[in-house]
Amino acid sequence: MSGNDEVPVEEIPSVVIRLVGDSGDGMQLTGGELTRAAALAGNDIATFPDFPAEIRAPAGSLAGVSGFQLQFSSGEIFTAGDAPDVMVVMNPAALRTNIRDLEKGGLLIVDTGAFKAKNLELAGYAENPLEDGSLADYRLVVVDISKHVTLTLKGEGLSTKDVFRTRNFYALGLLFWLYGRSPEAELEAIHRKFAKRPEIANANSKVFQAGFNFGETAELFESAYRVAPAKLPAGEYRNITGNEASALAILAAGRLADKPIFYGSYPITPASDILHYLSAQPRYGVTAFQAEDEIAAVTASIGASFGGSIAITGTSGPGFALKQEGIGLAVIAELPLVVINVQRAGPSTGMPTKPEQSDLMQALYGRNGESPVAIVAPSTPADCFDSMLDAIRIAVEHMCPVVYLSDATLANGAEPWRIPAPESLQPIQVNHRIEADGFSPYIRDPNTLARVWAVPGTPGLEHRIGGLEKEDGSGNVSYDPENHQHMTHIRQAKIDRIADRLPPAEIFGDPEGDLLLVGWGSTFGPLRQATIALRDQGHAVSHMHLRFLNPLQSNVSEALLKFRRVLVAEMNMGQLRTLLRDRFLVDAKGLNKMQGQPFQIREVVHAARELLTEVPAETIK
Amino acid sequence: MSSNVLTRKDFISDQAVRWCPGCGDYAILAQVQKVMPELGIDRENIVFVSGIGCASRFPYYMNTYGFHTIHGRAPAVATGLHLARPDLSVWVVTGDGDALSIGGNHLIHMLRRNVDLKILLFNNKVYGLTKGQFSPTSNQGMKTKSSPFGSKARPFSTLALALGAEATFVARTVDTETQHLQEMIRRLANHRGSAFLEILQNCPVFNDGVYEDLKDRKIKSDHLLILENGEPLVYGADSNRELRLDTSAMRLYPARRDLSDDSVEVRHNEAAPDASLAMMLARAEGEDYPVPLGVLRAVREPTFEELSLAEGQAQRDAHGEGTLAELLYSPDRWKVD
Repeated sequence: MSGNDEVPVEEIPSVVIRLVGDSGDGMQLTGGELTRAAALAGNDIATFPDFPAEIRAPAGSLAGVSGFQLQFSSGEIFTAGDAPDVMVVMNPAALRTNIRDLEKGGLLIVDTGAFKAKNLELAGYAENPLEDGSLADYRLVVVDISKHVTLTLKGEGLSTKDVFRTRNFYALGLLFWLYGRSPEAELEAIHRKFAKRPEIANANSKVFQAGFNFGETAELFESAYRVAPAKLPAGEYRNITGNEASALAILAAGRLADKPIFYGSYPITPASDILHYLSAQPRYGVTAFQAEDEIAAVTASIGASFGGSIAITGTSGPGFALKQEGIGLAVIAELPLVVINVQRAGPSTGMPTKPEQSDLMQALYGRNGESPVAIVAPSTPADCFDSMLDAIRIAVEHMCPVVYLSDATLANGAEPWRIPAPESLQPIQVNHRIEADGFSPYIRDPNTLARVWAVPGTPGLEHRIGGLEKEDGSGNVSYDPENHQHMTHIRQAKIDRIADRLPPAEIFGDPEGDLLLVGWGSTFGPLRQATIALRDQGHAVSHMHLRFLNPLQSNVSEALLKFRRVLVAEMNMGQLRTLLRDRFLVDAKGLNKMQGQPFQIREVVHAARELLTEVPAETIK
Repeated sequence: MSSNVLTRKDFISDQAVRWCPGCGDYAILAQVQKVMPELGIDRENIVFVSGIGCASRFPYYMNTYGFHTIHGRAPAVATGLHLARPDLSVWVVTGDGDALSIGGNHLIHMLRRNVDLKILLFNNKVYGLTKGQFSPTSNQGMKTKSSPFGSKARPFSTLALALGAEATFVARTVDTETQHLQEMIRRLANHRGSAFLEILQNCPVFNDGVYEDLKDRKIKSDHLLILENGEPLVYGADSNRELRLDTSAMRLYPARRDLSDDSVEVRHNEAAPDASLAMMLARAEGEDYPVPLGVLRAVREPTFEELSLAEGQAQRDAHGEGTLAELLYSPDRWKVD
């Protein structure tokens, strides 16, 4: 049987695929490879990796299920999709925890070889769901992948365990065939990735090819699919995650400022990848310092900043809490510092691999004393690059700490990034004081109020700074009541004046209307896509997504007043909403999701429509 | 660079010194200011970093660069500063509460990494700035406002802690032994790597007389053992006492030189690669024991900064200086027309 000329090929605009299996099944790797293939084929892509915090929960258990969702499309997309059209399931636990999300009529590809009694029992199935008719709503395709890989690798001398671990590449091969991806690039990639273990590279290649061939010959599917390249703006692209983009911007900043970079960090999910990335790149002039704890990470960074480096410290929520006293020191010492908080669900250890936006108030108000800092929040993985450059520019030009609020969705999610031409990036201006005449450490730029940055090694500028209140100008320790009042205002005014340099917040849609959707951070995708959907339905809805949370851009107040209703959608209890209500006395409503999962587009659409029709609903708080 | 020969006065800042009258910190400040000009380092290349506590006011009084940071974090701030600026001479001034309690973690990791910093730990065995609570070096049973019935915890052996953290230079002196204090500051300054100096210092307000045995001219020679490299561990007014090795217990013990026993004479060797002897000296504590002053250990090992610079150089040699274009244009990019 010679196969695929009998199988019709259907053109589809986009597809959402979710790969689910045990955390040992390599779902993240498979998802990454499928993403790369889609990106190289020119599709627009968005991904959402969703995995447990445990490195290896007991095999086959519900707790150990790891998932990777991606959407690739011939049109512009902003999210990894609400619900998958296709689900690839590697074991019963994965089926049980994910099947409710699959669209009715969706394609369900299952490795039947993993549906043995023990795994069924671990997943809590009394009957085999593949046989009891419970999956009748889906287009079920069963393949005994476990058996196929065993046959494919017979005589290769691999252990049963190693053979079993190639199953993900079989599934990948099958998907490559289904979506018409060329296998050659992947085969090369496999050999690169497993260069240190040629026998594994060889096994994965064989299995990948076997999966591809099986798709071609076995007539499992009623159709194969093609997703045309997206009409992205011309340019060179690469696929990038938020953590990569943040790290890349940090290295770029060193080159743009012609300054050494110091990155102090302590391992913490989901921020560690930034540390890993920077640790491998000392040739770019970055000192990546893995400190003994979060406090040392921030204070060592402050020391480096005092020494004239561009200093950044990175962490997630619990580590951010530990850094707060250090951030306060940077506030009073008026030293530049960027603090990355890749937010995750809290409180306490919470859900370390799951996203949340619940540290905005911690960033704004989490320190002792009146201790204002600037806050910047990237909105998409690629936007992490521009946002990080903004954060660094603000820190060094305004001599203040800047908190950079990413989250787990952005950190691990990927999308195509149009690579900026190196010469298009603005240099970062760093001015170190050299002249000794008229110097004192707390003299300020009259416009920005930034104090001078005088670094050790400069003759004639020897001075002492520290955590005690400073007399303005001289920088001497001062307990003078008037001076403390004055300095408290100065530190606030310094942050407020950053607004003078910011462009107005963009309003997507019309500048006035019935409803303004407001968000920040990783909710950009679902909010933008929901706005498009609502506008298509004829609603007068616009979207304002804030990159700058402190200070707010100067047009924010006016923008809010031009809409009949304001809906702030956040993955927290309403922290930005509280801020907007506090600052502008606006009757903003909230849509709040605390599930460790991003918003679905339909959830936002639903909440917006409820508000537009003024029907009070339980979901709107 | 200033070519003028510097004097003690050049290191005195314009800030009024605000320690209590009679505080041992005055003597330490004076000796540091006195030794500084001898080091041949320009003032602008010297930074004093401190945490919180009485001792931590020190940077304000030095006419160099200075950073009075937050409680316990001076070793971390200084580590970041010196990694970023290995050209500077960076000094950490701290106390027993600052370094050994709230900042204990930073201290041990700074020593373990062998960061090229000079650490002056003023040990007065009490919290002074917060008015007299017991500290991690207070003698067990010490009655204070927060231990009215006597403190319950045992004190740290400061030097044993430093040695246990792999410090490459460990020394001790006392605020009243001016010449010895100066000599130790010089030795500290000349060591490459983490250099740790404990300075026994009297707090006249909250712990007065805690080191009286080491200060009273009539009896101090019976209580001070001045370590001399290559020499036996002799002390006492008539030089008739000695710390000798009890081989059955593998510890130093105080012996009379005119009485022979089974013990073995030990000659001090500060450069021994193995820290066992230094550790025995650090643990030589008790009723009949003298307090060893001097350099317990001084060994040269690669510093954290040297290793960090070498790593960067090796990467640049192998792969070149990274350019912005190289950074942005990854090999797996694709083009959209």
